[in-house]
Amino acid sequence: MRVANKNIVIGKLLLFLLCLVPALLLLWDALQQQLGANPVEALLHRSGDWSIRLLLITLAITPLRKLTARGWLLRYRRMLGLFAFFYALLHFTVYLWLDRGLSWMEISVDILERPYITLGFVAFLILLALAVTSTRGMMRRLGKHWSALHQWVYAAGLFGVIHFLWLVKADYREPGLYMAIFIILMLFRAGSFKKRLQRAFSSDALRKLSSILRCYTSENA
Amino acid sequence: MLIRKTSGIRSSEITSQSIFNQRREFLKSGIYAFAGLAMPDLALALADKPGKLKPIANLHPSKYRVDAEVTDYKWITTYNNFTEFGHGKSTPAKTARKFKTRPWTVEVDGECEKPGKIDIEEILSSFTQEERIYRFRCVEAWSMVVPWVGFPLGDLLKQFKPTSKAKYVVFETLHDPKRMPNQRYDGLDWPYREGLRMDEAMHPLTILSTGLYGEILPNQNGAPLRLVVPWKYGFKSIKSIVKISFSEKQPPTTWNGKAPDEYGFFANVNPKVDHPRWSQAKHRVLGGGIFSGREKTRMFNGYADEVASLYRGMNLKNNF
Repeated sequence: MRVANKNIVIGKLLLFLLCLVPALLLLWDALQQQLGANPVEALLHRSGDWSIRLLLITLAITPLRKLTARGWLLRYRRMLGLFAFFYALLHFTVYLWLDRGLSWMEISVDILERPYITLGFVAFLILLALAVTSTRGMMRRLGKHWSALHQWVYAAGLFGVIHFLWLVKADYREPGLYMAIFIILMLFRAGSFKKRLQRAFSSDALRKLSSILRCYTSENA
Repeated sequence: MLIRKTSGIRSSEITSQSIFNQRREFLKSGIYAFAGLAMPDLALALADKPGKLKPIANLHPSKYRVDAEVTDYKWITTYNNFTEFGHGKSTPAKTARKFKTRPWTVEVDGECEKPGKIDIEEILSSFTQEERIYRFRCVEAWSMVVPWVGFPLGDLLKQFKPTSKAKYVVFETLHDPKRMPNQRYDGLDWPYREGLRMDEAMHPLTILSTGLYGEILPNQNGAPLRLVVPWKYGFKSIKSIVKISFSEKQPPTTWNGKAPDEYGFFANVNPKVDHPRWSQAKHRVLGGGIFSGREKTRMFNGYADEVASLYRGMNLKNNF
């Protein structure tokens, strides 16, 4: 399906504003002192949550595009990925500055000795590299290496989710859900599984489904 | 003998306590509503002060008061780890609202001469209720300063005459998934269990707490009766206790059983022994705001003078 450029531009603007909403809410709550007893923890958790969520949404673009045969979805992927990086940057900044008070000694011990922080840091470095090389110019310059480099987004997703899983004390529901989504998104990319689902969701199958539904609703009308 | 009438006021004219309180509430809510129009935060802050729960009768001051700013009531009552009422710090304040804490009895058994039961009302009336302002340090590296109300645990234990075999004291939280909704799901091995060595239990700093800020305990803080051991990480201070037993052996305890490498049986606050996943050298004092930074954690949470002798000769790294 082709979508006019004008619509893509409007879509991008709307998506940009939508992706900013969690950050604006966070800023609003901080200014209103509505972040609770432990505002630094609230900032850390909420920025981290949104980074992982946006990264998973970014990883969902390719499967969605193929399942729905809507090629234009790809044009929103870079912005989603950059917002995942934006929230990771916010998360990392809050950690360095507000949580650890820029105490580099403590921070380096954390990164070197605490596995969940190590993984989170590595995920952040990957996202940083991908963000820096996300421009059209960089794509051109890197050529075929660009897509190889950007395969690392899968590692960032995995490390990000494990980073969350490893810091939890007893309630694994939210990180567990993210891990499940991550695994499903990876399975889409595993050859045979991908093809089977593609067939199941091909436009033919969808057309059949919609005609069945239409018959059903008209019979009942 | 002449019995003089003290006043001309008929008893029917005297405003009952409950009506008086209702009026106070009415006036207060009016003030809040007015303030709320102009400043929602102020209204919220006022509503988050104590004054809604029953005051503790005959509250005595005590010498145990740390020289630090007491944490706001609203932070102590909205930032709770009480897994029986859900995960997430702010969840228990909402889900424990309807929790009924009367009637409530505590059963005491095990290695003692006089096992039996004691009712919460008897606990409130027969032990001198003191205000104890303690530092409270969570294993998650945050802390508060809490004005508890309570009495020495030892005072209660002595009534049941523990025998020479009693080496440990074991505590159990209520197990009733109908009243504690999160007990329907796993997460922890219910009921929550904790334990102390006999000398720790008999230490004058160790209290059974019945209240907070001069009133009975809010549900989310472990009503109606909880343990407070100020030199240990918060998870030792078990909430909503229904059972206390004397035991010859060290009992299995909840968090220690779940992750033995992360949560020790002793769980003494110790800045030199890190949690495997995070440092214990510093903690964040709650209520300080975004830019408050962390403070250095002290050995035994600052109670080393009082309790260090309990652990003389013990390797505190191995017995963390």
